[in-house]
Amino acid sequence: MGFFDRLFGKKKSAGDAKDRLQLVLIHDRTDLTPAELDSLKDDLIATISRHVEVDAQAVQIGFEHDGRSQRLVADIPIKSSPRRRSRKAQ
Amino acid sequence: MPAKVITITSGKGGVGKTTAVANLAVALAADGHKVVCIDGDIGLRNLDVILGLENRIVYDIVDVIEGRCRLKQAMIRDKKLPDLYLIPAAQTRDKNAVSPSDMIRLIKELRPDCDFVLIDSPAGIERGFRNAIAAADRVLVVTNPEVSAVRDADRVIGILEAEEKGPAALILNRLNPTLVKNGDMLSPEDVLDLLAIELIGIVPEDENVIISSNRGAPVAYDTKSRAGQAFRNIAKRLNGETVPFMSLDHQGGGFWDRIQRLAGRK
Repeated sequence: MGFFDRLFGKKKSAGDAKDRLQLVLIHDRTDLTPAELDSLKDDLIATISRHVEVDAQAVQIGFEHDGRSQRLVADIPIKSSPRRRSRKAQ
Repeated sequence: MPAKVITITSGKGGVGKTTAVANLAVALAADGHKVVCIDGDIGLRNLDVILGLENRIVYDIVDVIEGRCRLKQAMIRDKKLPDLYLIPAAQTRDKNAVSPSDMIRLIKELRPDCDFVLIDSPAGIERGFRNAIAAADRVLVVTNPEVSAVRDADRVIGILEAEEKGPAALILNRLNPTLVKNGDMLSPEDVLDLLAIELIGIVPEDENVIISSNRGAPVAYDTKSRAGQAFRNIAKRLNGETVPFMSLDHQGGGFWDRIQRLAGRK
């Protein structure tokens, strides 16, 4: 890491190594490729959409880990549905 | 008391498994324990040269398994330490010459007669690795603070968990404190955070490791070497002793203090 890298705020290489490993290890441990994760996300949106309208663009899916165990975490914003609300009001 | 059987493995090759086995064997034997180390890398034997015993080999592990000699005949006694023995790998055979049940049988015969059996696993996750872990009471995973070594270590740790050979403990080998300080090497915190297993030792990068392997006298004999000290400390921890992680930082305790806290020893 040279003086100029530091001057221009270039990230230290150990940080890159850790970030890259974090992603690689998640995929290695779960045996899920990024493409499979995307298809899981699409299935999830399709399933949930049958019951409630979700904001598909804003759906986030990711992993959390506690020690060596992995957890799939999905954040699925629900679209507010005026039609439904008005039906309830009737 | 029956022996503790400890396998040293890594996934990736070249991270220092054989060096670790040789040094832990020397350190344990120097502390008065009877130690038998087994080279599990059939076809690519190396533990003999690292220990300086290459000229004494008559029989090897495959000779024992195939009944051409008795177990005792394949145990080569060390030149300096009378309580240290090596069972060499066969050089002209492959991993399939041994099965996991062969290893279990052989270890069963060794157990009553010594304090520690150290098994040097080959790289990889195939037959040789399966043989090496078959009879283990405990597994140590060696890695370097480097992306490919950490990734492979994670695979191996996962397999060990699935095989109920865990929890494994980690030896972080070839750490360069200056590079870590400059942010250009994964720190022990980073590696432990990624792998989430117990740390049993950190071995600093040390040119004496190469010098001592040239001579066939493991660095654990060298009282001035920092890597030698690190291996002697790991040996004591294997024996159940509590040894603080050493301070290797010449510029003051900061960095190594953090490691001590990480390991819960401060």
